[in-house]
This record gives sequence, structure tokens and C-alpha cells, in this order.
Amino acid sequence: MCVALPGTVISCDGDSAVVDFSGNRVRAKTGLVDVAPGDKVLVHAGCVLQKMREEEAVELERLFKELGDVG
Amino acid sequence: MSDEALAAVKARLKAYDGPRMRIMEVCGSHTAAIVKNGIPGLLSKQIELVAGPGCPVCVTPTDYIDRLIALSQEENTCVVTFGDLLRVPGSAGTLMQAKNAGGRAEMVYSPFDILAMAQAEPATTFIFAAVGFETTAPVYALLLDQIVEAHIENIRFLTALKTMPPVIDALCAGGADVQGLIAPGHVAVVIGSDAFKPLAEAYQLPFGVAGFSGMHLLYAIDGIVRARGRGTVMNFYPEAVTPTGNVKAQDLVAKYFEPGDALWRGIGVIPGSGLFLKPAVQCFDMGSQALQHDHPMNAACRCGEVLRGAIAPQDCPLFKTACTPLHPQGACMVSAEGNCLSVYNQN
Amino acid sequence: MEQTVITTEHGSGGAATAALIDGIFAKAFDNPVLAQMEDSAVVPGAGEIAVTTDSFVVDPLFFNGGDIGRLSVCGTVNDLLMRGAEPKYLTCGFILETGLLVEELKRIAASMAATAKEAGVTIVAGDTKVVEGGGGLYINTAGIGFAQGREIGARQIQPGDVIILSGNLGEHHAAILSERLSIDTDIASDCAPLVEMVRALMTSDVTVHAMRDITRGGLATILKEMAETSGLTFELKESCLPVTPKVRDFCGLLGLDPLYMGNEGKMAVMVPESDADEAIRLIRASAYGAHAAVVGRVSAGEPGQVVVETAVGGRRNIDVLRGEGLPRIC
Repeated sequence: MCVALPGTVISCDGDSAVVDFSGNRVRAKTGLVDVAPGDKVLVHAGCVLQKMREEEAVELERLFKELGDVG
Repeated sequence: MSDEALAAVKARLKAYDGPRMRIMEVCGSHTAAIVKNGIPGLLSKQIELVAGPGCPVCVTPTDYIDRLIALSQEENTCVVTFGDLLRVPGSAGTLMQAKNAGGRAEMVYSPFDILAMAQAEPATTFIFAAVGFETTAPVYALLLDQIVEAHIENIRFLTALKTMPPVIDALCAGGADVQGLIAPGHVAVVIGSDAFKPLAEAYQLPFGVAGFSGMHLLYAIDGIVRARGRGTVMNFYPEAVTPTGNVKAQDLVAKYFEPGDALWRGIGVIPGSGLFLKPAVQCFDMGSQALQHDHPMNAACRCGEVLRGAIAPQDCPLFKTACTPLHPQGACMVSAEGNCLSVYNQN
Repeated sequence: MEQTVITTEHGSGGAATAALIDGIFAKAFDNPVLAQMEDSAVVPGAGEIAVTTDSFVVDPLFFNGGDIGRLSVCGTVNDLLMRGAEPKYLTCGFILETGLLVEELKRIAASMAATAKEAGVTIVAGDTKVVEGGGGLYINTAGIGFAQGREIGARQIQPGDVIILSGNLGEHHAAILSERLSIDTDIASDCAPLVEMVRALMTSDVTVHAMRDITRGGLATILKEMAETSGLTFELKESCLPVTPKVRDFCGLLGLDPLYMGNEGKMAVMVPESDADEAIRLIRASAYGAHAAVVGRVSAGEPGQVVVETAVGGRRNIDVLRGEGLPRIC
């Protein structure tokens, strides 16, 4: 039930935003996160839960290096 | 990460021949994703995945369902819920059965849909069945914010909100045979990966915060296996999870909810593991605190042990006999994220 | 004055009923057999007869990519085709609810007529009843086709066969759901008669062992049923399943699995491996078959199992769709 899907903010309007998921558009509440058009966000139960960040790959590489060091 | 990196992770997980690792995932969406991606078959026999109490619908006690059924049958009321809850058995039946017999219950995909329903029928009281974990609590808090601000009079909540760290603590303190945990990714989006640090350190267990794709899960399991015996929290979902989480969401939850002792289906009361409406907004509550009983429809149902990871679904005498997806006896056979339904579908 | 909504008078069997039939159905479906307006239609035909019937209760009546009328022709035509039969005649029974707009009924009849023409079938008999209600409409169609003397069905499937899918999964189901939920999408129903691709296969040298159209319950459900009937194992590759990113994300939003989403213009075909390339070529060259793909194969293995190799290389078994609460999609 904690399903959340990443989408892209298309437009913002007061307390909600239109978020695009590969061509499907949904209106989501933005009261939990400040968002702007173009932001990649995670939407859960009609609500933007968090902004997604880009540095994923770099951080995972770093984590894996650390794990490699401990065996 | 590259295809080579994934191939290396898969090779390592298949070849692992170290001490046995029993890894618990405490998120129902992870349970569903593990099945959907066929993860168990990619692991060495020394690595076993076990599902925990992470399906919010499954851990809801029978009293809660009974109360929803009673509310759905009252004059001028309508219960509003997420879909799975309609089919969960209470002590005597399901909300779906009550609906078919003339009760009023509507299914929605977003709690905010209740606003339009309440506006369209001012004479009806709409009661949201607010189940969920830390991921969903901020959504209810935001909804409450709007209800309070707009002075909407005909919306109420029956809450069964639960929090993850206390139940993980209770399982570990109870001596669960687990050597690592896949931490719930979307709960961590809200509360932050650091929230699991005290548990990792206290029980010297590796926690891997994971996303929901097959690749996410394989990376996290690999990381947990490699960190065996260490009390550490690793974040394998950094694109969405930060150490501190969504502070704005946490603050909003704290504005309207406070922790309290909560009853988990088949497990019992776990201190401080629930979220309840604060005294200032008690007027929106439909008696959530009073739900203290848990009487399974079928006394032989062993959902509680399944939810604790103490037994496998196949070890329950009702599994595949009296309890099937068409005639579920316990909540774990109802939800798409339920441990019993997941196993049933794989055999 | 012409009435704009259906009333109980339209179901009287008297003048209003006759006016409705003459003004809408006889006009739209115009053909010499129907024009006789006798108690039953007498039609020419010889050989083995294929017969099928299906009822349509979809809500809403009109959706992106089609309407209940087009659906009611496609569903029955496709069922005839799946046994290798050439569809020829349809009958249609209408149950109209009071309050239905006459204009909507006209559009639906016109859509049925156009789809019947596309599929090469003639609507030769019909019936209309009116019940009290809220503007709804239900259609039953029965179809007659002539079998080509070929044995086509799940019992003919052999180990080593490949499983071909004629196009993308889930589009009809997603189109219907989007009409009712607050998801703004242009996903259109794939509702279509599969006459051209089936005829292409039937008139070629391809040996077709089985065909099944993918309707309620989705690909997973029809394959599981066929695997059980054939006593064989079907192995699918998730990475080969044709699903558009739009439908994939639509499913993600609602927690649905494309394998269990209904189509109304797609089929699964089982052919020997040696005929697979030619079958794919023929389907892709036909109307509605551009995205055809090989999605798996058949093995002796465990009887009745459908196994999916997932994108990360894992394996999971799939079963028929269970549960309820799904809206009316056909």
C-alpha cells in the first residue's frame, strides 16, 4: 500500500500540481513538498511525497565501494 | 549502475556460501515486488527472505473492521476506504459483505477524493478508514489541514495508523531469527534512513533501505549480506531517501497526530506503535482509541505468527484448505501485499 | 414529435417500438435479410458452423477508441475467428434503460454497422427490450461463422510451439478505467475485429495450433487456462511482453499488473517454431498487428504451469485473475 511512483511536475497551481507519468497526468497535492515545473517527484495517494534527486548512481557506487572494502 | 554491476551482484548472491542469512522485508510493497520479480530464485540457499508485518491492511485488528462495518450501516454515513480493506474479514464478515447488504462504503485511490464527496452530500457524514504507515500519515495530516481550514463539518476519521520502528524493535527484542532487514523504502522517504540507526546499532543488524524495482532489491539484499553482523544502515534508494527524510511532512504529522499504543492483528499491543489524532482534533475521530479487541473469524488462523515471520504461510493449517483467495480467513490472504496470498500465488 | 429519450413506451411492442427499430436499427444495419423483418433470418451457408454469443455491459457506453456498439461486434467476431472460422452473421439483442438518449442509441447503432462492415459480417436479426433504469444500455450479440475444417484450440498446442502476441497489452482496460478515475490520459481502447490477421494466417502455410483473444482477466488468465487445457508449461519472457510506457505507468499508478489487464483487439497465437517468423510477418502486415511479438514458448515441463522470466532474470508463476471489484470493462 506504500506504493509511490516517480513522475515529472508539469505545472503548479496553488496547493496542487499536475504530474506526468509517461503521458498519464494526475493532479497531486503539494502541501508536503515545494515543487516547480520540471521537478521529478514521488507521488503517493494523490500527494507529492518527495522530490527525487539525480545523484543516485554516484551514491550507490560509493556505497558499493565501501561494502567492497569490508568484504 | 551498469549491467556488469548487476551481473556481479547476481553472481555474488547466487554463489554466497557463508553463514545462513534470514532477511526480513518489513514492507508489503517489497513483499509484492520480491514475488513479482522472482527474487527468491536468484539467491543462494543460504539466503532466505521472510516477510514481516508491513502490509497495513493485514495488521489491522478485527475490531477495526467490525467498527467500519457498523459505521457503514448507520443512517446518513458513508465509509470511504482504499480497495483492499473492503475484503478483509473482521470477526464476523467483511465490509464488502456489509456493502452488498445495504451498507455504504466507497473505494477511492486518493484520500482527497473524500473532499468532493463531502461537498456533494452535506447531510452525510463521510468516514475515512485511515490505515497506513508513516508514508500515508502525512497525506491524512494534509487532508486534515484542508478540512480544518475550510471548516468542513461532515468528514471524520477512523484511524489505524502504525509506525515501523516500534514494531521492528518489538520483533527484534522478541528474539526474531533475522540477520538483516530490508528497510521500507517509502516509509524512509518520510522518516529518513537515520530513523533506523538506533535499531541497527542496538541489535547489531544491517538495514538496507531499498526501492521497489528488481534491481533495487537485489542491490539491497547483496549489501545486507555483505554487511552481515554489522549494526549499520545503508541507503540503496538515495534518489528518494535522505538521512533526515521529509521534515515538512514529519512536522505536519506531529501537528495532528501523537504516538500511542496500538493493537496489531495477531500480534498484540505494541507500545508507542500507533498514531492517534491529538486532543485538539479529537472531534474528527470516530472512536479509534477504543478498538482493543482482535478476534479472528477463524480461531485457527495463524496470521499473527506469519506477520512476525515466525512461521511460513504453508505452516498454517488453514493455508490452501479453509483459507484461499476466494474465501480468505485472515487478512494475509486478502491483500495483494499479504504474505499468504504472495506464497499462494507462487505454488 | 420525435422523442429524445427512451421511455417505457419504446418497449411496448407497439408503434413506438416499431418506430425505434425502423428509425434506428433497420436503417443502420440495412441489408436484405434483416429487411424481410420476419421472425427469424434464413441465411445461406454450408459446412461446419461456428456459433458463439457474448453480452456487453461496459460502463461508460462511449470511451476513447470505441463504444459499446463496436465492442459488441468485435467481441463476437473475434470469438468466431479464434476457432479459425470465417465470421458471417450476427444477431443483436438490446436491453435499453429508460432515460437513454435516442441520439446515443443512434451513434451506437451506427458504430455497430461500421464495425460489422469492417469485419465483413451482416447483422441479420435483432431484438429490443426496454427496462426501467437510468439511461443504461446492454447488448447481446450472437455470431455464426463457417469453420475451415481445421482443428484449432488449446488441445492442439505442442511442446516447442512459440507464443505470439498480436500487439500491446492492457489498452482497452486502461482506456475504460481512465474514463472513471481522475487520471488524464489519451490511452485509447484497442477494440478491433481481428479478421484481417486471422485470415492472413488461415490462408498461409503457417500451422496454427491455437488462438485466443485477450479479454477480461488479461493475458495471464487466458494463458493459464490454455496451459491447463493443453497439459503443458508456458514460459514467458517479461522483457518481450509488448506494453507501452504509458500503459505501464498507468498500471503503476493504480497498482495493476499489465498481465491481468483486458484487451479487446489482441490475441495470443501458438504456432510451431519453424512457422514463427512467417506468422509474425503476416500479423504485422495486417490491420491492428503492427506490434506483434514472440513472447514465450511451450515446453513439456509441469502440466498447466505458466512461468514468467522476469526482467532481472528471476522466475515467477502466474495464475488466473482472482478477486473482484474490477469495473465493467466489456
